[in-house]
Amino acid sequence: MALLTCEDLSLGYDGKEIVHGLNFKIESGDYLCIVGENGSGKSTLMKTILGLQAPISGKVVTGDGLKQSEIGYLPQQTVVQKDFPASVWEIVLSGCGNRMGMRPFYSKEEKRLAKDKIEKMGLTSLTKRCYRELSGGQQQRVLLARALCATRKMLLLDEPVSGLDPKVTAEMYALIESLNRDDGITVIMISHDIGAAVKYANRILHIGRDVFFGTKEDYVKSAPARGFLEGGGAND
Amino acid sequence: MTELFEKLSLYMQYPFVKYALIVGVLIALCSSLLGVTLVLKRFSFIGDGLSHVAFGAMAIAAVLGMTNEMPLILVITIVSAVLLLRTGQNAKIKGDAAVAMISVGALAIGYLLMNIFSKSSNLSGDVCSTLFGSTSILTLTKTEVWISVILSVLVVAIFIFFYNKIFAVTFDESFARATGTNAGLYNLLIAVVVAVIIVLAMNLVGSLLISALVVFPALSAMRVFRSFKSVTICSAIMSVCCSALGIIISILAGTPVGSTIVVVDIFAFLIFTVIGKVSGGAKE
Repeated sequence: MALLTCEDLSLGYDGKEIVHGLNFKIESGDYLCIVGENGSGKSTLMKTILGLQAPISGKVVTGDGLKQSEIGYLPQQTVVQKDFPASVWEIVLSGCGNRMGMRPFYSKEEKRLAKDKIEKMGLTSLTKRCYRELSGGQQQRVLLARALCATRKMLLLDEPVSGLDPKVTAEMYALIESLNRDDGITVIMISHDIGAAVKYANRILHIGRDVFFGTKEDYVKSAPARGFLEGGGAND
Repeated sequence: MTELFEKLSLYMQYPFVKYALIVGVLIALCSSLLGVTLVLKRFSFIGDGLSHVAFGAMAIAAVLGMTNEMPLILVITIVSAVLLLRTGQNAKIKGDAAVAMISVGALAIGYLLMNIFSKSSNLSGDVCSTLFGSTSILTLTKTEVWISVILSVLVVAIFIFFYNKIFAVTFDESFARATGTNAGLYNLLIAVVVAVIIVLAMNLVGSLLISALVVFPALSAMRVFRSFKSVTICSAIMSVCCSALGIIISILAGTPVGSTIVVVDIFAFLIFTVIGKVSGGAKE
């Protein structure tokens, strides 16, 4: 059974359909990049996978013991977070929320988990620091540590490198790659950076006027990719 | 100075002064706890809007000639709070506009009703005391004090019990929802608790000044502290101290209770801003 299966999915909002008849499967250990023009429904698809929004028709099925609430999610930053007084520790710990149920406080085990993930992301020295005072790359790593607290199996990243400089971008990609390769975490990433998508992912989902799903080797040769790749890497 | 203390200890023997202090401190505590969340969720003005709704509800209760207005006011305010906080996510009219509309609308309707149906000879005095709270804090009955105590304990208990959830929902609602937290439920909870606090606080500072109790402690604490927990604790302590001080000053100096508390809050905010600037500068 695949980790995540989308069956005949139609997506949209306000009754307007933007994606029709989408079928794809994600196996454990995959690194999937979702690409497509602005407004093609990437974010809507992501919200549907996370269960934040209901599809117009079709369904998302999780398998291999993965629950929908156990997908680690790295969202784009919101305005609210820009001046939010919260320490790195508080934010990472809040990733354990899906283990708590109705229990009001975090257990020792959850605190240990948060500590581990902070260490893994190389943030130990920043544990007590305020989130809003960190650099863009550090903030992304904090949110990644939080996502890792929420999942053992699957990460869903929404444009994880937007707004980062080239050096930090490369570090971020390397970090995600090592999570996928060394820890066996399945990665789904939404990206505008087609160059990186082709470099790191093993599967590509292209949505828009033409829909493509398959391995990256096939994608590079496909029709939807040509228009995109010729546009030159940083497409927006 | 000793004269002041003598005067104070004399006043302290009166039960109404004790009641005012107890209720004032409790309301300040509750409103500051929720204030941090409201400010961060960009709902600073919700206190203002809801208090105007409560004012309108009070006018309706007065027109209907109800002896115990509290239940009606509470129900109407809670319903409005739920509607306002729900619209936050995906409404046609966005958060601040919805608050502004409901707030001004309720104020106008309330005043209109009071004007048309009032049997009182001193209408402007009545309106003024509802808006600015003037003396009602000093005329609390024992039952009202008990109601305030029970509701406050409940609010603090709910806040502590759901503290981690409230943090998660405030910091990143979509992450919280994606990982299985019932964000809608906690938003509803926050809305109801806010409404209860507002109705309680109307006695203390009147409906025009409630926002000050919600906003000032949270903003002051955010000048100096940098984690959610420390901001929450600091704003609670600061709010309690300021309102106690405000009530004592107003009793000694014979000034209106509500506005005195707010002025003390403003001073505290200025002090915290300076401390924040100095300590922030030293750190970098």
